[in-house]
Amino acid sequence: MRWPEPLTTFRRAELSIAEKLHQITWSMLFFIVLIGVFGFAMLYSAAHSVDPWAMRQGIRFLFGLAILVAVALVDIRVYLRYAYVIYGIAFMLLVFVDVAGEIGMGAQRWIDLKVIQLQPSEVMKIALVLALARYFHRLSADTIGNPLTLIVPIGMVFAPVGLVLMQPDLGTAVMLVLVGAAMFWVAGVRLWKFVVVTLAGIGAVPLAWNFLHDYQKNRILTFLNPESDPLGTGYHITQSKIAMGSGGLGGKGFMNGSQAYLNYLPERQTDFIFAMLSEELGMIGGVLLLMLYTVLFVYGYAIAFNSRNHFGRLLAIGVTINLFCYVFINMAMVMGLLPVVGVPLPLISYGGTAMLTVLFGFGLLMCVYVHRDLKIGQRGLGDDN
Amino acid sequence: MNQEKARSLVFTRRAALLGGGQVLLLSALIGRMYQLQIVESDRYTVMSRDNQLSDRLLEPLRGRILDRFGIPLAENDHNYRVEVTPEKVGDLKQVLEQLSRYLPLTDEDRAAILLDAKKRRSFVPIVVSENLSWHQLASIEVNAPDLPGVSIEVGQRRRYTQGRNCSHIIGYVAVPSEKDLAAGPYDPLLELPGFRIGKSGVEKQYDESLRGKQGMRRVEVDAVGRIVDERVKERIEPTPGQDLILTLDIGLQQFVQQRLASELSASAVVLDAQTGEVLALGSTPAYDPSMFARGVTVREWQDLMSDPLRPLANKATGGEYAPGSTFKMMVALAALKRGIDPNRHVNCPGVYSVGNTTFHCWKKGGHGSVDMYNAHKYSCDVFFYDTAMQTGIDNIAEMARQFGLGAPTGIDAPGERHGLIPDSAWKQATYGEPWYPGETPSAGIGQGFITATPLQLAVMAARVASGRAVVPHFRRAALVGAEEALAAEPPALDIPEKHFEVVREGMRRVTNDQGGTAFRARIAEPGMEMAAKTGTAQVRHISMSEHLSGVRKNQDLPWQQRDHALFVCFAPVAAPRYALSVVVEHGGGGSAVAGPIAHDIMLETERRNPARANLGQKLALTQKS
Repeated sequence: MRWPEPLTTFRRAELSIAEKLHQITWSMLFFIVLIGVFGFAMLYSAAHSVDPWAMRQGIRFLFGLAILVAVALVDIRVYLRYAYVIYGIAFMLLVFVDVAGEIGMGAQRWIDLKVIQLQPSEVMKIALVLALARYFHRLSADTIGNPLTLIVPIGMVFAPVGLVLMQPDLGTAVMLVLVGAAMFWVAGVRLWKFVVVTLAGIGAVPLAWNFLHDYQKNRILTFLNPESDPLGTGYHITQSKIAMGSGGLGGKGFMNGSQAYLNYLPERQTDFIFAMLSEELGMIGGVLLLMLYTVLFVYGYAIAFNSRNHFGRLLAIGVTINLFCYVFINMAMVMGLLPVVGVPLPLISYGGTAMLTVLFGFGLLMCVYVHRDLKIGQRGLGDDN
Repeated sequence: MNQEKARSLVFTRRAALLGGGQVLLLSALIGRMYQLQIVESDRYTVMSRDNQLSDRLLEPLRGRILDRFGIPLAENDHNYRVEVTPEKVGDLKQVLEQLSRYLPLTDEDRAAILLDAKKRRSFVPIVVSENLSWHQLASIEVNAPDLPGVSIEVGQRRRYTQGRNCSHIIGYVAVPSEKDLAAGPYDPLLELPGFRIGKSGVEKQYDESLRGKQGMRRVEVDAVGRIVDERVKERIEPTPGQDLILTLDIGLQQFVQQRLASELSASAVVLDAQTGEVLALGSTPAYDPSMFARGVTVREWQDLMSDPLRPLANKATGGEYAPGSTFKMMVALAALKRGIDPNRHVNCPGVYSVGNTTFHCWKKGGHGSVDMYNAHKYSCDVFFYDTAMQTGIDNIAEMARQFGLGAPTGIDAPGERHGLIPDSAWKQATYGEPWYPGETPSAGIGQGFITATPLQLAVMAARVASGRAVVPHFRRAALVGAEEALAAEPPALDIPEKHFEVVREGMRRVTNDQGGTAFRARIAEPGMEMAAKTGTAQVRHISMSEHLSGVRKNQDLPWQQRDHALFVCFAPVAAPRYALSVVVEHGGGGSAVAGPIAHDIMLETERRNPARANLGQKLALTQKS
């Protein structure tokens, strides 16, 4: 039996730290910082003070940036090697919060680590990307045609989705499915298989409906007809639309958002911060932020296309789609295009784990760029030595 | 290697498609922004402004209630109260501790306030204490810098200057109940915390005009209703309620109420016989209306409700009594209308028989031969048994109704009862039986089914005195002495004057001729003489065996079984101006018990002469113009 020919003909793996630092896309980091600054400004405006949100968020952001750089400098093969381990840890954490929640007789989504309240569902978003990237990295174009090879990755997606639904966290569940689907798609899974899974999914809707909590059912029903309950669950959407609409083109001015300041806007520092931003800075501010995110998406795609190893490509697309899902679901929810599912706006919304996860994701993206020329065999690290 | 290339190619193509999809979705977001922030922006801007502005009601001052000369009976006091706003207070317990140096605060008060603070939103002020004295007010004001979150607010409190003297007429105000909210037309004021409405008496009757119209100030509020900007954006001042002028002469009212207080339970009504103005209306026992204005306790309420003397009831309009002999004028007038000669003599042997039933005269042995005049004077029962039989129940009932009996008089006060004047149609409708002739003699002396309120009896006396269809009322268009349009005189009753003269003469003899049943209660002052009729209404049924063994004396009976004492009169005889009725519940005989009271009240009325003071003013005015 012949070993596959060596793939590492052109080695760039052994870069020094200095070389790696030089490889980091500092221009991309500039845009990330720009969005972060946008975020502090909005958190400052939300409280008219650095306390209680802006200051803490700023410190976390700096901490996250350090993590980002550190993540980027680690050899990409380490992530390949430990992808399943990371996934396994994230999975165990999810099981842990579910069980703890069960014992504590209430929904719990985080683990208190004193410094930070760790949300395993956020960790899982990155862990799933890593695990799927590793799995598909190993499949050749032929083997991927075999439906049996898809059973494992489908399980990888739906096992955490089930756990997250039990929390219950509809937003994260939707994001995991979407990110998973995107990775299946770019990995080359045929379209008709998506159709089959989707149809099976639709078939499972009545079953899943019974699985949902009443408040979640209400949210979906309210989304379908928000005017039916203007003071109950529809209140959030209505007030959010009033905030955005009254902002108009140019906005009411920084720190002048009456909807937000007078507490009409719920969760103005977290999930609905975009409504406050749109009220104060208008459509111009909203589009500007959207453009900044788009720049990051473009960077993500560029990095994916430039990577010479499949793991890196898949990882870059996964991270990018993950970021996109955050942005799109959050904004669409705030604008009343999607039900209120509780997805934060990355780098803007107040919240520790989400910010660290997103910055960790950017770290992976840069890591892919730094190691873009590294060729990795289908079997992973083992082949190189 | 081919495999790797193929994989890379698929990836690139599919990633590009994915990117395209993202662009579409992002465009959708921008499209939605355009729709919300450009196309529909105006609509949302209005909604945002409506969110922020809230209209806060301003309470109008309630109209005062004055007597006919302008003496205030109900006024508004400033009610200074201390409030704390929990969110502005560091430590609520400590602030209460500080406040207790200036105010009496029990441990229960403090516990209730702390509980309130927990239940309500932290920006809603909580009332710590109401009705502060000047001393308390001053000591808190002085120490205000040390009392963060403590404020002093001014409200209004109804003050009844006369206390128990006219509680039944004026009534009281209290916080509206669920029933009040459901019944009346919607008024936003009703939802104002602590707002009070008239619950009885003229406070209730004229509540709408006394209440006034709410004012409004528009302020900026946040989502939970906390005022964030005290600067008033717009302000509409409240319209105070109109003052209500009553027909009462409060001096006379005081006299009446105090005079009645000699009895356990009694009522009296003084009317202007020419106009129907209620000059005084007393009912004992009375209650203190200020207790409702400050808030009545459960204990006080239970005491009021369980009192057998019913202090809350206005017996003058709400008590129904058999009129007894005071009804005899109605029988006489009906008989005169039927053409019966007033000089017709009836022999009274002391008993009268219809079929197998024997009716007794109040005087054992009888009065001998009496005509209509002396039948009044002696209150001869047999004469009226016979006259009633001659006249027929339906004719008597028709006459009684003309004098305001058997139906509400239409006085402007809530809770008036209608009394009862029976006739054959009523009997048939109520009992499904015809009127039996044996029932007519009882009706002839105001017993049996007949009932009337003291107010109705006063109206009857006034109509007999003036010959006019006067309607009793409490409201006056203007103060006595103020320029006022002459009220239209009540229409004359369709009864010949000579019939009235017979009855008035009969009533004159009752008090002014030796031997009249109320001769002892006569007014001797020249020109002030009154005409009257006594009445004693039997409460219990007197059995035949009792008649045979001798009727027990009233004094020997338990209070609840004693007869009601009644008295109606008018004065002066020569030119009737005032009419009066007195009813003493379970008082005994009309002449002995009600008579002296009526004498005192009527004499006082004539001496004060509230109507003539008014008349003089009127004449002066008409001469001027």
